Amino acid sequence: MSKLVVSSIGPASSVQDGGRHGAQRYGLTPSGAMDRLALAVANTLVGNALFAAGVEIGPFGAAFTARGGAVRIALAGTARNADINGSAVAFDTSTTLADGETLTLGFARGGSFSYLAIEGSIEGEPMFGSLAVNARTGLGSPYPRPLQAGDVLQTKAASSRAENRIEFPETDKGPIRVVLGPQDDEFSDQAKALFLDAEWKISPTSDRMGYRLEGPVITHLHGHNIVSDGTVNGSIQVPGNGAPIVLMTDRGTSGGYPKIATVISADFGRFAQIPAGTGFRFRAVGMAEAQDAARQFATLLHTLSARLRPIESFDLNIEALQHANVAGSAVSAVDAGTWQ
Amino acid sequence: MAVTLSPPRLLPSGDSAITVEFSRNIDDTANQRVLALDRALSDAPLSGVTETVPTYRSLLVHYDPSEIGFGALGEKLLALAKRPLPPPPKSRRWRIPVAYGGEHGIDLEDVAKTLNTTPDEVVARHVAGDYRVAMIGFSPGWSYLSGLEKFLHLSRRQSPRLLTPAGTISIGGVQTGIQCIAAPSGWHLLGRTPVRTYQLHREPIFLTEPGDRITFFPIDARTFAEQDRAAEAGEIVAELIAA
Repeated sequence: MSKLVVSSIGPASSVQDGGRHGAQRYGLTPSGAMDRLALAVANTLVGNALFAAGVEIGPFGAAFTARGGAVRIALAGTARNADINGSAVAFDTSTTLADGETLTLGFARGGSFSYLAIEGSIEGEPMFGSLAVNARTGLGSPYPRPLQAGDVLQTKAASSRAENRIEFPETDKGPIRVVLGPQDDEFSDQAKALFLDAEWKISPTSDRMGYRLEGPVITHLHGHNIVSDGTVNGSIQVPGNGAPIVLMTDRGTSGGYPKIATVISADFGRFAQIPAGTGFRFRAVGMAEAQDAARQFATLLHTLSARLRPIESFDLNIEALQHANVAGSAVSAVDAGTWQ
Repeated sequence: MAVTLSPPRLLPSGDSAITVEFSRNIDDTANQRVLALDRALSDAPLSGVTETVPTYRSLLVHYDPSEIGFGALGEKLLALAKRPLPPPPKSRRWRIPVAYGGEHGIDLEDVAKTLNTTPDEVVARHVAGDYRVAMIGFSPGWSYLSGLEKFLHLSRRQSPRLLTPAGTISIGGVQTGIQCIAAPSGWHLLGRTPVRTYQLHREPIFLTEPGDRITFFPIDARTFAEQDRAAEAGEIVAELIAA
């Protein structure tokens, strides 16, 4: 039995998977990975199910040490420096930690979250079919809280499979697409135009529950109280102070502020990756375009395994690895210039 | 004579959910229609619908746009919503013990003062109420109840508290509610119940369902402490009365 020991880790890093669904009617938040595509890419590289539990790593560094045997891993999502005992490791590539070796990760570069998938996933006790951590409700396994140094993630010993890399298409770098509503009629045309024309920044006080936006004040037509109704990932609610909040995967299942628009599902992960302080814009699209994008996104997720390439065909030198590392940032389409 | 039901509004909540809105206000008939549509979708599931979330006045229908589009699903939902309202199913009734006032309900005295009455009168009126679970939301097990008598309607606090205790029984606006886990709240805290509306490793994990009937009865601080220990050990503590 192999395990990965957390040697060091920053805040906002936790075990996440596809989330828990079916109990929102009881007030249970779904949680799950903020960038589902990046988690799916990492899992595909090590032969796991798309949304098997992995480690969502926040903006700060982390280190993991293999114990009790070798552990195969893969990194995807926001790029950062990564090495195993001093040798650089590429993103979007599987690799194996020998017993006792340490994977060291630096700060996120140009995004927020990276995903560490482990072959065989992480052992834990699912609640409502999920290991995803939601600290506020005490849910998640093996630890119902963000990870801390000293935590142990039990997994399977690395198989003898060959290592893989993944070839990835250029992803959209344009504005974050939204569908107006469900309560866009609570706002004047001017307020909606302001919302769509403005450059926004994500406030540093944001978390997995919601991203607070900094920009112009969006005023309501009829005040800021509505009778609570249901929320989704990407609901953009406007509270009394006129500063929109985008609801993320740890959101409350209902809310009492008018929702001007909703981030489309295909762009949600890309939005989640925008670092605090980086400017970006929204663009309104019709339902047909939003649902086309959702279907294309679903197809991309389910054809990831067809994009795997054996590592042998890849020039295994440090330069190539660093090149792959740059490619890694394209998975989430996040780099410093994307949002300007 | 059959009552003509106005069609609900279909509001897009992104590309993977529709808000079926029956009213903009807290309205018992709208809530009955929400629960009826929710039951209809549970009795005969529509292909592509992944989850439904009933609230006071609307049903949020999550769906997979790879299975069904907004237009096609919207038509089906409108057809279901047009059907005459069936008689509500036999609802369960829960009797929920509450330790009112003192450290368990720190706002009881202030609420009585604001309403120009005594704490005993506030408790008597709250206990006399016959409530219905209109929705469960925000955090696990948080049961929003309709049926609060007008005398107890009170604006929310000017500044919400950042943390209120698990089991809080509170009033806010035209509503009263059972809060399960510690959470922020702008409501007025009347008391606490040892009952857990949400508890992991217990069967059932969630005690209340939308549509359930609720009444409260007062208990003293000692009984609260005893029942709180029993509830922590997995006992349900609330009394279930069949309809």
